[in-house]
Amino acid sequence: MAKYGILIDYDFCTGCHTCEVACQQEHNYPVGLNGIKVTEYEYQLANGKVKIDYMPFLTDLCDLCMSRQAEGERPSCVKHCQTACMKFGLTTDLTAEAATRPRAALHTHVPK
Amino acid sequence: MGKVDVYPTIAWSAGAGCHGGCGQKLFVEDGKMIKIEGDENHPFNQGRSCPRVLALTQYMYHEDRITQPMKRVGERGSGKFEPISWDDAFDFCETRMKDIKEEYGPESIVFAQGTGRDIGGPISFLAYSYGSPNWVQLGLSGQSCYTPRLGAMKAVQGDFGVSDCSQFLETRYDDPEWEVPEVIIVWGQHPPNGCPDAFFGHWIVDCMKLGTKIISMDPRNTWMTSRSEHHLKLRPGTDGAMALGMLNVILSEGLEDKEFCAKWVHGLDELRERAAEYPVERVAQITGVPAEEITEAARFFANAKRASIHWGVPIDMCPDGTSVAHAIICLWSITGNIDIPGGQVIARPSHEVSSYPYSTEALIDLYGEELVKTLTEKRIGADEYKMVKNFRGWAQPDMVIDQIMTGEPYPIKGAWIQTANVLGGQAARTNFHYEALKKLEFVAVVDLFHNPTTMALADIVLPSSTFPEKDSFRSWWAPLSIIKKRVQVGDCKTDWEINFELAKRFNPEGTQRWGSPMEYFNERLAPSGKTFKDMEDAGGWLMPEDGPAKPYNRHERGLLRPDGKPGFNTPSGKIEVYCSAYEDWDLDPLPFYTEPPQSPISTPELHEKYPLIMITGARSQLYFHSELRGIPWLREKEPDPTVEVHPDTAADYDVYDGEWIYLKNDLGKVKRKVTITRRVKPSEIQTLHGWWMPEQEGAEPNLFGVWDYQVNQLVPGPQESKSGFGGGQYKTTLVTLEKMEKEGAAANG
Ligand code: SF4
Ligand code: SF4
Ligand code: SF4
Repeated sequence: MAKYGILIDYDFCTGCHTCEVACQQEHNYPVGLNGIKVTEYEYQLANGKVKIDYMPFLTDLCDLCMSRQAEGERPSCVKHCQTACMKFGLTTDLTAEAATRPRAALHTHVPK
Repeated sequence: MGKVDVYPTIAWSAGAGCHGGCGQKLFVEDGKMIKIEGDENHPFNQGRSCPRVLALTQYMYHEDRITQPMKRVGERGSGKFEPISWDDAFDFCETRMKDIKEEYGPESIVFAQGTGRDIGGPISFLAYSYGSPNWVQLGLSGQSCYTPRLGAMKAVQGDFGVSDCSQFLETRYDDPEWEVPEVIIVWGQHPPNGCPDAFFGHWIVDCMKLGTKIISMDPRNTWMTSRSEHHLKLRPGTDGAMALGMLNVILSEGLEDKEFCAKWVHGLDELRERAAEYPVERVAQITGVPAEEITEAARFFANAKRASIHWGVPIDMCPDGTSVAHAIICLWSITGNIDIPGGQVIARPSHEVSSYPYSTEALIDLYGEELVKTLTEKRIGADEYKMVKNFRGWAQPDMVIDQIMTGEPYPIKGAWIQTANVLGGQAARTNFHYEALKKLEFVAVVDLFHNPTTMALADIVLPSSTFPEKDSFRSWWAPLSIIKKRVQVGDCKTDWEINFELAKRFNPEGTQRWGSPMEYFNERLAPSGKTFKDMEDAGGWLMPEDGPAKPYNRHERGLLRPDGKPGFNTPSGKIEVYCSAYEDWDLDPLPFYTEPPQSPISTPELHEKYPLIMITGARSQLYFHSELRGIPWLREKEPDPTVEVHPDTAADYDVYDGEWIYLKNDLGKVKRKVTITRRVKPSEIQTLHGWWMPEQEGAEPNLFGVWDYQVNQLVPGPQESKSGFGGGQYKTTLVTLEKMEKEGAAANG
């Protein structure tokens, strides 16, 4: 069972890369190893307007910042996110919260 | 493993680059910084960070970092340097600089700075102690970065103004006095890409979450424009026409704040008449934005009770940038948005502390009568441009480089370059800068890494510090902050330490009352009633208390003028939309529009040859101008210099996504990797500046590949406006795409 997860209010993710470097610093991951990766989506609407969205994705290297949890700290990516669009918590709580957001994605995550 | 101590401090370059201001916590173990995290208790960022500051350990302890003074031993450009002691380094600089002073006069050395870092204080301290009036943002054509806007604000409204995102209030968005802005016009910037001018870019996003609606003034499609209520995709460089068109809509429909204008605006009728020369149909033609969209956006802005304008460098980079800024100031003024909650608040240095003195009395006291005379008589550009003479103490950059080349009206023999990678960064017509600077007899560069500028020019390189390695202070808007040294790397010294030592050697008398930079800091901090130590004990920062540095309605409360009367700090006491300062400076007292010097309209033949408008100079979250390409965690996410090309344009030029091509015009060509995207229009392309390759050979002729990648080689000059400020052509240069020969493409691909 996935007890914990990270809720992403992706309407507000600006693709700023902060979460990616936060994770690398926290785990001292060298280039090429990433606990989280952000992808850009560029698409056109029927009225011709161009929309640009971003979505962070947790990789198998994400351990949900276990050692920070032990100290009562939020995961590094969540804490440093420049738009505070990420939230860490129990998947049960986050599922309820996701339902209140127009555009959100819940990453349930069991560290490998 | 030792104990890990955690210290709060304030970020301000070097390391993250940037204009700083956020609170960070340094994790230090055995004298080494092992980690950095945002400070949750700091109101500026509330725990948040950016990728650049989070990669700081890779920057501080990078194997390429210069950690000892280095003296050149081979030919200039050979890349051969040898470590020397600080004593020898200071002696060397002192001797060389004194020789030049004796033979040619102190004005013959220019003191060149870039941006970011707490540099204004230490570099002016050194320049003036030496006796030179020529302190300059060398290479930045028209000084086209914020200074034109600052000058315009000072002239029109007597003070600076910023979008009110509650940044002057300690409890921020929770402060009951603050109100959510209804509308923010984001003009020529993508705020999530950084922290411009003491402003945390994501504050705008915070406001959006609270309900603020955005009007985007941007030729490009960005994350923010795709979330805006109105997106006006104007042709680059036509911002002045757009602002005048909007003013015309507001004034002809009577949407201005009549009560505010009657009381506080000087020259409204003249402005109305001028704006009438810009009917929306004409503006639509100039800007390429449909007339209805302009009208609707103008109404949307004017009808909001609380609105502001957050703006960026494209305004400075318009021809007559100071006039474009003037027009935009009129927009927020006549709609009554000044210094109201959620509007355009007046921004003053916190606690009235300044990092360097600028009143004539203070300058005479510190540096003597002679310097003050030189500042008016010898400062390059002060004679030519009254605005340059009267706003800030800087020399005019385009004229400085021309004078270095010609030696007229007097010769320039040396340069002290600190925090500026002129050749890898801001220099328009880069090759001309290279040739001119090569002629100098003496060049000292203060920096943290080698770069094309140190390699090509430096006789000596002095290693400076990142912010965890330095003591300094900051009063740029709010809060008043101190930066506290926690670690030492190699033999690096801070900019303050380096410049203080040399200043003492050049001006022993004027500087004798301070034994250390700290004693000088305490004197600067005095208006706040605090010492550096007090500030440290108080946690490192203080928000302004009620008074001139804290909003709101200060013009009503008599807090802006030296005479203590209600009103604005202008001659008339009002906001001078008809600007008497501009009139004094022989400039048009009303805003007007000038077509860019290169454009489909002003140069149709050139446009036929080079049909694409090149937008450059935007920010990336991963880099700061020409810095940070050597930091692995950052470079991983943006490894190559790309050019954004619309799919239709890519088809026309037969280029594919990921193909290496040249951007080309009469000034030269540079390499770029194509990204096919609808972020740009078919008529425009966008590419970022500041590219050179730290991993490549540094010695000449390669200079870290700067001649292959430095896009400002294509930007012509001199391009300054009639005021001397603004007009650098970084957003409107015409170019074409050229395919590479097979071998070239393979080598780069
Ligand atoms: S939770 Fe921790 S490990 Fe997982 S992506 Fe975020 S920072 Fe990395
Ligand atoms: S830090 Fe936040 S806003 Fe920035 S890319 Fe990551 S999730 Fe998006
Ligand atoms: S860019 Fe902003 S968040 Fe990053 S270090 Fe500078 S002030 Fe702080």
